Amino acid sequence: MEVQAALLSGDRLHLQHGPIDLIIGVEGDRAKAFAAARARLSSILAELMDEIDLLKLADGPAPKGVVARKMWKAVQKHHGFVTPMAGVAGAVAETVLTAMTEAADLKRAYVNNGGDIALHLTGDATFSVAMAGVNGDALGKLKLTANDAIRGIATSGQRGRSLSFGIAESVTTLAQSASMADVAATLIAGAVDLPDHLAIKRVPAEQVRDESDLGARDVVTYVGSLSKADCANALDAGLRTARAMRNNKLIQAASLHLRGQSRQIDLNTRKVLAHA
Amino acid sequence: MPDDVRVKPEKIRCDACPVMCFIAEGKAGACDRYANHAGELVRLDPLTVIERGAPAVAFLDQDKDGSEWDGDVFQGSRNFVTAVGAGTTYPDYKPAPFIVSQDVDDVDMITVVTEGIFSYCGVKVKIDTDRFIGHEQAAVRINGEPIGHVTTSEYGSKMLSLGGVEHLTGGSKAEGRITCDALLKLCNCEAVTMQIDEGAAITVQAGKAPIIDGKPEKLMRVGCGSATIGMFAKQWEPHVDEVIVVDDHITGVLSEHEAGKQLDMRPSGIKIQGRRSTPGRYFQVAEPGTGWGGTDVEDPLSVLKPADAKKAWPGLRLLMVSTTGEQWAYYELDENLQPQPADISDELRLSADRIAENCEPSLCSVLFMGGAGGSLRAGVTDNPVRLTRSVKDALTYVSCGGAEAYVWPGGGITVMVDVLDMPSNSFGYVPTPALVAPIEFTLRREDYSALGGHMDYIQTADAVMAGDLRKVAPAVSQTDPYIVQQQKRNGRI
Repeated sequence: MEVQAALLSGDRLHLQHGPIDLIIGVEGDRAKAFAAARARLSSILAELMDEIDLLKLADGPAPKGVVARKMWKAVQKHHGFVTPMAGVAGAVAETVLTAMTEAADLKRAYVNNGGDIALHLTGDATFSVAMAGVNGDALGKLKLTANDAIRGIATSGQRGRSLSFGIAESVTTLAQSASMADVAATLIAGAVDLPDHLAIKRVPAEQVRDESDLGARDVVTYVGSLSKADCANALDAGLRTARAMRNNKLIQAASLHLRGQSRQIDLNTRKVLAHA
Repeated sequence: MPDDVRVKPEKIRCDACPVMCFIAEGKAGACDRYANHAGELVRLDPLTVIERGAPAVAFLDQDKDGSEWDGDVFQGSRNFVTAVGAGTTYPDYKPAPFIVSQDVDDVDMITVVTEGIFSYCGVKVKIDTDRFIGHEQAAVRINGEPIGHVTTSEYGSKMLSLGGVEHLTGGSKAEGRITCDALLKLCNCEAVTMQIDEGAAITVQAGKAPIIDGKPEKLMRVGCGSATIGMFAKQWEPHVDEVIVVDDHITGVLSEHEAGKQLDMRPSGIKIQGRRSTPGRYFQVAEPGTGWGGTDVEDPLSVLKPADAKKAWPGLRLLMVSTTGEQWAYYELDENLQPQPADISDELRLSADRIAENCEPSLCSVLFMGGAGGSLRAGVTDNPVRLTRSVKDALTYVSCGGAEAYVWPGGGITVMVDVLDMPSNSFGYVPTPALVAPIEFTLRREDYSALGGHMDYIQTADAVMAGDLRKVAPAVSQTDPYIVQQQKRNGRI
């Protein structure tokens, strides 16, 4: 199967290849940018598969491929178990975005890889992000400008396609790059957890998905009923991880959600807001 | 030795993309699009709905599918649920994945949609060309593996019959795999390059001109050499003494041809190679090839024999032209009655152009052909033969991806459909190897009940539409399946 391409309403491009689904929007030479995006994506999967064994190692050596190297770099400053695969979606988005900006003069562009978004902003261009809760309610809006030094947005959690060590419904992060945001969101979502809680079912990752980079480590497959206090404790655990990342400049902001409760690290004020 | 010896089902390897997942029974691959269903690789694509009266997704690759679609509202506002992405029940005898009811003009219609796995399937390819591509019965190969053969030529076209059970599962593993891959690409309107034994390398893509030995074909011939003379004799006669129309089938000689005689043309004494069929009509003036008029002629003078000195005269004006008008040459005889290149008059030049103008653009047509087998029919009814009868009786309308399917007479449900009428990427495959093709049966609710349909599994169209869908506009050539079904049913008595 080759890369599948379709134009969506609003002049967006949908590209799909194997497990990769990209929604792309640009302001500028759209035809040139879309052609470049499509051409770039066509070889990405094969490039990744060339070094797939290396990318599943938590402390492996640096890989050679452009995308693989982005993934690997994005996990180097994090502690604990994490493999470059945690940043694969963001790295792919970044790579395709770069291919477009190199091929065409673009004022504004984004590549959304299943919720992991790479951004290109110049001049007075802005990017509005609306976050939605599990029940579809808008949780808040955010307007990013070229001055914000944020070029990546990522969301991870139980509703996503990836396996998670934690129980967060969703964790959204803002960072310098999509691959950094992706890794951070994955790790924070994993940290939103209640170890040994009886309502949480866990199964070794390799039993859920063959060839998972998480190996025999337990991943959450079901979350039963939790008290409000349980949820608060789990979110606070995630928030501690997020704060540490914020202090190490690995992320700029984060928003954590679980069963109607949320925690946020705000973009500009560094103030932590707690919502009941 | 363990006491508990359980047979663990084998994982299958998905080769749909470079990730090459090993997928265990009941699981999906990393993409969530392909899954292992009882040892068969199946697609889990979103169900495709043909929207009539609502905006559709424009496909980048296909102009006809809407990138130039102006948003014009189609008559009515009805959606047709196709079987593209419906998933399949093979090999279980379960009801088809989607049995849809929809109220159409107060008649409760049922559409049973399923993606059928066709082991007995192939494509018939019509290639508009007079060039020689290979002899009838010659094998058509990819990477040395036979995937089909050259079959009976049609007027102005060469025909290939590709795929079929003998190549899919009757030969070696490599043969089956390569055949399946070629069929899938052809059906999904992708280009496939094939080599014909003792013939040409040919690239075929539905709706596009064929590429023969690296040269894209442009035009179909206007007719055979004899027919061309019949069409243009009157236009030539005032400007020329002899015209030879070079053609692989019948080469025409104007002055000798009935059309020339009717115009009282003087016999020119120009003689050509080949076997005379009737006056002015010659077979086999050259070998088949990719030169003039589907022959191997590159130099038109090579088909001439020395002129008859008793009849020919110095200064005789001779036009040689191919049946597509793409090649032509003009000569005049010198004092030794040898043809010498000369300047053509504008009038004569125009006539060659006119031949080209009358030739239709050369295209490749790909028709999918397959037979709906036992399990597929069982997905529709408890008593599969009743579905066959219902189709034959025109109670049930058969479509593939919403496109009208020609149902062959005789036993079984053997259908044929133009892949250009179907939504993009309608076809998939399983590693058997076999093609996965959409097939829908549309009939009245009472007729469905009468043939033992799975009435308990009927869903309303609205309920199906609420799911994760891909919506497309109908192909230009596609009729509304509901309307055709009604017309056929009403007209059958």
